[in-house]
Amino acid sequence: MHHTTTMPTGRPTGCPFDPPAELAALRDEQPLRPLLYPDGHVGWLATGHAAIRAVLADPRFSSRPELAHFPLPREGFDGEMPPVPPGMFINADAPEHTRYRGLLTGRFTVRRMRLLSARVEEVTVEHLDAMERRGPSTDLVTAFAQPIPALMICELLGAPYADRDFFLEHTATFNDHEATAERQAESMAAFGGFLHDLVLAKRARPTDDLLSDLTETDLTDEELANVAFLLLGAGLDTTANMIALGTLALFTNPDQIALLRADPDRAVEELLRYLSIAHTGVRVALADVELDGHLIKAGQTVTISLEAGNRDPAKFPDPDRLDLSRHAAGHLSFGHGIHQCLGQQLARVEMRVALPALFERFPTLRPTVAPRDVPLRSDVDILGVQRLPVTWDVP
Amino acid sequence: MDRERCVGAGMCVLAEATVFDQDEGDGTVLLLDPTPAVERRAGVREAAAVCPSGAVTLLDG
Ligand code: HEM
Repeated sequence: MHHTTTMPTGRPTGCPFDPPAELAALRDEQPLRPLLYPDGHVGWLATGHAAIRAVLADPRFSSRPELAHFPLPREGFDGEMPPVPPGMFINADAPEHTRYRGLLTGRFTVRRMRLLSARVEEVTVEHLDAMERRGPSTDLVTAFAQPIPALMICELLGAPYADRDFFLEHTATFNDHEATAERQAESMAAFGGFLHDLVLAKRARPTDDLLSDLTETDLTDEELANVAFLLLGAGLDTTANMIALGTLALFTNPDQIALLRADPDRAVEELLRYLSIAHTGVRVALADVELDGHLIKAGQTVTISLEAGNRDPAKFPDPDRLDLSRHAAGHLSFGHGIHQCLGQQLARVEMRVALPALFERFPTLRPTVAPRDVPLRSDVDILGVQRLPVTWDVP
Repeated sequence: MDRERCVGAGMCVLAEATVFDQDEGDGTVLLLDPTPAVERRAGVREAAAVCPSGAVTLLDG
């Protein structure tokens, strides 16, 4: 019998970027181990890079949340997840997943997303100009990190930019574990209704955007609204948090800023690895699976600690060091397997444009509170900062 | 190259853009150069290693 642990939480004080210390200890001891879930379920915890890749690449593991147990208790959550609505393909298995993803991958290729670079640059410059006009201090989250990805994903889909604040507010509520179930349901309903109307508008009067093009496939209105919901939800909060948390990481590692400028592509990969903002996922075994000398039984949940895998010394030497000159390929920050992030090339373009431009425009940029006092969003699905108050010298 | 398995993540293009590309229509992998030169081998090996869906296989690595 193995010793069964519960899911470690709590980030080390003074080192907000590091995963819970206990998680690292568990990984180094046993990269795949039994885990006791809050509802009494005994499942597994994968923390090693190789074990995580093996689970995520294996079609015998399901992404359907209604089959899963969750490693941490959630406020107001009675343990039963409703079945996932059609079109939410992040939570679907093959072959349903394959159909939706196949309709979208051609729109998110490396080439197409790089063609958007010029537009990302324009949007970035607009926001830097606005910061400069209103300067010399601001909250970087609302002035810079949130609006750039919001504008890009809204333009890509054809959702009106005027509704940005609406989107930001509702995505933040979903990702907030502390929000009551009621507030989450309200947000969900408001968001869903808006997107449904948008789909009807695109069907009636198609414009030049992804959502209009999707109305020409055999997807129903409900499926279209759910696909739009997924893209917006996954595209707003994630990149915004990478930009804000990435800036904070550079504030605490100022020697790395020159490396960001020297090779932004390489630097962005390392920031993705080091910060692992989408830190944890779950999968459920649909059949008995033997892995690493363990038997994972059908029905058991495996919690996937992407952040522990990204700090696995067996894969990345000196893993707790942020080193923007490192070749960080193979990190797990966008996941692995058939669900690996659809929007990753867009996210890369946004980060590799926005981050260097920020430090170029404001070489004296610095936080107005000590980095350790910056309020973090730590108890949520996507790590980040709540606010990042910054200032700079006016020449 | 297994275009049925491919999920169009684009990791192979990032690893070695002279050997891999993505189809304009469905985003799946295209092989530009089936016998890459020696100096491309490292990139090709990386592409196979990072491919999320196991769609890239090396013959005589
Ligand atoms: C730095 C920013 C981002 C991070 C860290 C991130 C992370 C992730 C991760 C870890 C997954 C895998 C989830 C799983 O296996 O269950 C994922 C999937 C996904 N992401 Fe992202 N993401 C980012 C940006 C984006 C953007 C900008 C978009 C929108 C265009 C997006 C859309 C999606 C979608 C649609 C999926 C589901 C893919 C599937 O199930 O096939 N993401 N993302």
